[in-house]
Amino acid sequence: MTWKHGILSAFVLVAAWQLLVIITGVPSFILPPPMKVAKAMWFYHALIAENAWVTTQEVLLGMIIGSVLGILTALHLATSRTARAILRPILVFSQAVPVFALAPILVLWFGYGIWSKIVMAVLIIYFPVTSAFFDGLMKTPAGYLDLAKTMGASRARTLWHIRFKSALPSLGSGLRLAAVYAPIGAVIGEWVGASKGLGYLMLLANGRVKIDLMFATLIVLAVLTVCLHLAVDILARKLAKDH
Amino acid sequence: MKASLGIKLEGAASIDGLTLFAPIALDIRPNQWTCLLGPSGVGKSTVLRLIADLKTYVDFDGTITTSDGQPLTDRVAYMAQSDLLFPWLSVAENVSIGARLRGEKPDGKRVLDMVSRVGLSGHDTKKPAALSGGQRQRVALARTLMENRPVILLDEPFSALDAKTRAEMQELTFALLKERTVLLVTHDPAEAARLAHIGYIMQPQGLIPMEMPETPPVRPIDDPLTIACQTALFRVLRKGAA
Ligand SMILES: Nc1ncnc2c1ncn2[C@@H]1O[C@H](COP(=O)(O)OP(=O)(O)OP(=O)(O)O)[C@@H](O)[C@H]1O
Ligand SMILES: [Mg+2]
Repeated sequence: MTWKHGILSAFVLVAAWQLLVIITGVPSFILPPPMKVAKAMWFYHALIAENAWVTTQEVLLGMIIGSVLGILTALHLATSRTARAILRPILVFSQAVPVFALAPILVLWFGYGIWSKIVMAVLIIYFPVTSAFFDGLMKTPAGYLDLAKTMGASRARTLWHIRFKSALPSLGSGLRLAAVYAPIGAVIGEWVGASKGLGYLMLLANGRVKIDLMFATLIVLAVLTVCLHLAVDILARKLAKDH
Repeated sequence: MKASLGIKLEGAASIDGLTLFAPIALDIRPNQWTCLLGPSGVGKSTVLRLIADLKTYVDFDGTITTSDGQPLTDRVAYMAQSDLLFPWLSVAENVSIGARLRGEKPDGKRVLDMVSRVGLSGHDTKKPAALSGGQRQRVALARTLMENRPVILLDEPFSALDAKTRAEMQELTFALLKERTVLLVTHDPAEAARLAHIGYIMQPQGLIPMEMPETPPVRPIDDPLTIACQTALFRVLRKGAA
C-alpha cells in the first residue's frame, strides 16, 4: 500500500459516507455528514489536540514499557530452563483472564491519570511481544548454534550475536501486534475512568449529544492508530532487513 | 598453533536400530590430510559431527580418542556442508565472527587478507544475499581458515565452485592447513586424489582404505599418478568393495 492508495481509499470512504447520509436520510444525531464532522473538528481542534496528546502519551509509553518488559521476559525465558518451567504456564494461564475486565481494578489501583491506561496497554501488549520474541529466540537455526559451539562461543555471546539477531524479525511481528492492541488498551482504560484522553472525550461528546464531535474524535483516534502502525511497520521492516 | 594431534574414531552407527554404517576404524593421522569419500547418505557428515561433538541423529556405539588423550573441545574448526553465513552480517563480519563470538578483537587486516585470498576482495562489505553460491562457499571457507585450530573438519568445502576456482581454493586451503590435522569429506575422486595423504571410501559395510600416490599433496591434476588414483577411487565408488 502506498500513500496514493491510502489517500484514494480515504476519499472513497468519505464519498460512501456522504452517499449513505444522502440516500438513507439518517438524522445527523445518528450519523452526521462528513462536512459537519469536519466543521466540528475545526471548531474543537484545541480540545481534541489536548486530549489526543494525552492518549498519544499513554499509547507510546505503554508500547515502550510493554515491549521492553516483553523483550526482557523473552530473553529470560529463552536462557533459563527454570524460568520456562515456572513462568510459561503462568503466562499462558494469565491469558485466560480478559484484560479488559481488569480495567476497573487498574483505575482503582493506579488512579484516573494516565498511569492506569499505560498499565492497561502494557498488560495487553506484554504477552504478544513476549511470545513472538520468545518463539524467535527458540527457533534459531541449529547450524548457527553448532557453529557457535565449535568456535568456542560463550552462552551470552551466542545469545547476543546469534539468537537475538536471528529473532529480530519475530520481534518485529510481535511489535506489529502490539501496535494494534496498545491503543485499544488505552482507550478502554479511558472509558472506564479518566478525565482526559480521546476515549474520555468520545464519552463526553456522546453524553452531550455532540455526535459530530464524537465522530471527529473517532477519526483523530483512527489517524493516530494508523500513524502508529506505519511507524512500527517501518521499524519491523528494519528489524527483518537482511533476514 | 602447531600441535601434532591425531584422532581415532572406532565404532558403528545406527538409526532406530537400523545400521547406518558397520563398525569402522577411522585413523586420522596428525598433520595429515585424510579424505573421506562415499555415497550420499552413508554417514560422512555424521562422522564429522561426531568428531566435532555436535548433535547427530544416529546412535553411535564406539569411541573417539585423541592422540594426547585430551578432549577436542576448542581444538576443532568445522566447515559444515551448508555455508551457515549470517545474513545480517557483511562478508568481512562473517569471516571474523569466530573472534567476536569468543570476545576477542577481530584482526581486521587478517580478515581482509583472507577475504582477498579466497578471491573476494571488494566484496567484503556485501551481505551474503548479494553473493553467488560459490562466493558464499568461499566466505565460509575463509571463516574456517580464520580459526586457528589444530584439527580442521571440512564437509565438501569446494562443492559449489567452478573447476578453476576449485583448483585454486584446494591449493590455497592446503597451503594454509599444511601442518594441520585435516579431515576432508568430498564427493570428488579428483579432489581426493590431489589432496589426500590418506584416503578412505566409506560404505554401509565399513571403510575401505585406498592407496594414495607416494608424491606429496597438492598433486598436479594432470599427473599420471593423480589420474590413476582418481580412476581407482572412481572404480571403487561405482562398484563397491571388490
Ligand atoms: N534430521 C535427520 N533426521 C533423521 N535422519 C537423518 C537426519 N539427518 C540425516 N539423517 C540420516 O543420517 C544419515 C547420514 O547422513 P549424513 O548427512 O551423515 O550423510 P552423508 O554421507 O554426509 O551424505 P551426503 O553425501 O549426501 O552429504 C542419512 O542416511 C540420513 O537419512
Ligand atoms: Mg554430508
